Amino acid sequence: MRAISNRTAAKTALWVVCAALMFTPAQAVEPSEILDDPVLESRARELSKGLRCLVCRNQSIDDSDASLAKDLRVVVRERLVAGDSDEAVLDFVVDRYGEYVLLKPPFTMGNALLYLGGPLLLLVGGVGFWRLTRRPADGVQTATAPAPLSEDERRKLETLIGKND
Amino acid sequence: MINELGHYALILAFAVSIAQSIIPMWGAYKGYAEPMRFAQPAAITAFLMVGLAFAALTYAFINSDFSNRVVAANSHSLKPMLYKISGVWGNHEGSMLLWVLILTLFGGLVAALGNAIPPELKARTLSIQGMVGVAFLAFILFTSNPFDRLPFPPEDGSGLNPLLQDPGLAFHPPFLYLGYVGLSMPFSFAVAALIEGRVDAGWARWVRPWALAAWAALTIGIALGSYWAYYELGWGGWWFWDPVENASFMPWLVATALLHSVIVVEKRGTLQSWTILLAIIGFSLSLVGTFIVRSGIITSVHAFANDPERGVFILAMLGVAVGGSLILYTWRAPQLRSDAVFAVMSRESALVLNNLLMSVSCAVVFIGTLYPLLVELATGGESKISVGAPFFDLAFAPLMVLVLLVMPIGAALPWKRGDLPKAMTRIWPAVLLAFCVGAVFAMLRWGGPVLAPFAIMLSFWAIFGVLADLGERVKLGRAPFSESLRRLVNLPRSAWGQAVAHIGFGTTAFGVAAITAWASEDIRTANAGDMIPISTYEIRFDGVERERGPNFRVDVGRFTIFENGKEVGSIASEKRFYPVQRANTTEAGIRASLIEDVYVSLGDKQTDGSWAVRSYVKPYANWIWLGALIMTLGGLLSLSDRRHRVGAPTRARKQKVVAAE
Repeated sequence: MRAISNRTAAKTALWVVCAALMFTPAQAVEPSEILDDPVLESRARELSKGLRCLVCRNQSIDDSDASLAKDLRVVVRERLVAGDSDEAVLDFVVDRYGEYVLLKPPFTMGNALLYLGGPLLLLVGGVGFWRLTRRPADGVQTATAPAPLSEDERRKLETLIGKND
Repeated sequence: MINELGHYALILAFAVSIAQSIIPMWGAYKGYAEPMRFAQPAAITAFLMVGLAFAALTYAFINSDFSNRVVAANSHSLKPMLYKISGVWGNHEGSMLLWVLILTLFGGLVAALGNAIPPELKARTLSIQGMVGVAFLAFILFTSNPFDRLPFPPEDGSGLNPLLQDPGLAFHPPFLYLGYVGLSMPFSFAVAALIEGRVDAGWARWVRPWALAAWAALTIGIALGSYWAYYELGWGGWWFWDPVENASFMPWLVATALLHSVIVVEKRGTLQSWTILLAIIGFSLSLVGTFIVRSGIITSVHAFANDPERGVFILAMLGVAVGGSLILYTWRAPQLRSDAVFAVMSRESALVLNNLLMSVSCAVVFIGTLYPLLVELATGGESKISVGAPFFDLAFAPLMVLVLLVMPIGAALPWKRGDLPKAMTRIWPAVLLAFCVGAVFAMLRWGGPVLAPFAIMLSFWAIFGVLADLGERVKLGRAPFSESLRRLVNLPRSAWGQAVAHIGFGTTAFGVAAITAWASEDIRTANAGDMIPISTYEIRFDGVERERGPNFRVDVGRFTIFENGKEVGSIASEKRFYPVQRANTTEAGIRASLIEDVYVSLGDKQTDGSWAVRSYVKPYANWIWLGALIMTLGGLLSLSDRRHRVGAPTRARKQKVVAAE
């Protein structure tokens, strides 16, 4: 009994931690981090929105108040001040943390399904739609329709749904 | 005592549900009337028993009975009453109990109100509903018992996560669950129809109200969650493409498709098997959502592996429900095929197009949400990727553009055979008006993102398109005004519902476009008396006072807003500390209006005594949630259409018959 409640307590703790991680109020970018150059700063913000806070759940470093996110925001700004281009900054960060840090993964063979899945489905569905609208009219007669209602059933249905249109 | 009564009631509900899932199904198979009729008292009893259990748990929460493990872990004697009650579903065990309560409520409603449903269909539907109930009751009883007693009750509870102590979030789960679980009804009807091998207009009419109700509840639930994030998380974000959000958004997209396709089944007697498939997928996604949220698999695959009991249980349920129904589908659906002619330009084709776009949107969200998991599993954890907001924005936006483009045209097309020029002559004023609105915004917000005015134009095209079509339907300008008015009043409620819901969709789209394009932001440290210039405003920081709430301490930052040197309002922005959980929350100060929100969030106190202050101006933010409200209203209007009130033929006959078009 004791062992069970310990385990369940541990589980409860886990849920609380998950919930807390999920909903940590985001204070994000702090005043002290902001660069004096507004152009560099806005580039830093754009880059931050695409970088994942590594200890958070699907939050960008721009939204997160975790200290690791702050460190990464500062790194991004340091690179920008040093004169790096946006791509160079991203390369620098990916070199250190891996592709996991990118919230929009690069288009590679491994990620092809992620990027092409939607368009492919749209294409397949579109072709299906086109064929549906081109179906010969005489298909109606040859198709296997469900068994027609009996006279009794029809009368019942009409009273039920209050035939009105 | 009451605690044990609740537990016992839950066990009884489990037993009754087992009987409910077997006996009526057998009766329908054999054609015996008596066992079929058994479904009704069984469904109602199951609901009453679960209701009793839910009441018992609520009683334990209200009276702070800390000998109950769930209460001890999630409540506190000092918590305000509202949050003692919402605490009932603010935890895993209680939320699953709420899930089953709603499930059995719907079963009970079908049993009590669905007198007109043919007995076989009703028996089978309630039997399937009973099976879902059995699975979830077993889940609760064997893995998540809410009535566990603690041998040594603590003196006080550990309290509810402070972020959940908020009116918006108190009602977010019940609405979401009404939607999730509401989709179980179309699912049960669909599986019953597959077993029966027949889908007709009558079936569509019985399913549509459930799809509508589930959809409306989901809309409200999602909007509440989004609005909560907006004012609670401290920087005015309203959608994050978080897996948990996606889990509720996917069923919404499918429910949207379902309530459109079911119209085609009803009116044109085609698209049956597709509609059945949607009903199955819709509820399956609800189960997937429950799995994602309840198993913790998205947080980390390792969290799942360390504590797999619940996750594996839900996964097994998912496997049986989805696998079973899909196998049944592939076996029986071919018999449902009935071909009708579709002209490219017709109402039904437009509805099919809606279905295509909604399904692909859902697939995009599905792939994006599960892809990181897939990559991690496929490479054995070697390679990990993230899929976040930038990806979803990129993948989702084009699809919504298509939806907005097509929606007003589709709604203006007649059944069977329409033509585009004719439909366009009905709604051409909308194009012109939308263009004007877009142009006005382009001038007002000169220098903003180039695409923004086009997005605004598109949203207003959706809104004006609906209005123009309505105007055309009532012969506005072509008949005397009183005649138009009479026609407007006499339009069927479902036509009203459609128009209102579509306007709501355009409204939300407008809010999303505007807030994305034109929000402004200022982040700084400020001392009392400092002026913060932002957009057309100046915000004066008047200082911070410390106050006490019922179960928290709070720093209240006061701000005065000036526009053109004139005082226009004031804002209080709170930073709360909950000592029981040792946690902070922020309550942003918002001066809300339909034009724009001035939004101030108080940050940390700096070492030099100044405060971090984040100010935002969010143009047209409220249109996002206003649109959701309008959409819901549309759903409810459509739900109140008398055609859905099957089984009330006497009333229908008395009413004056009005030509719909």
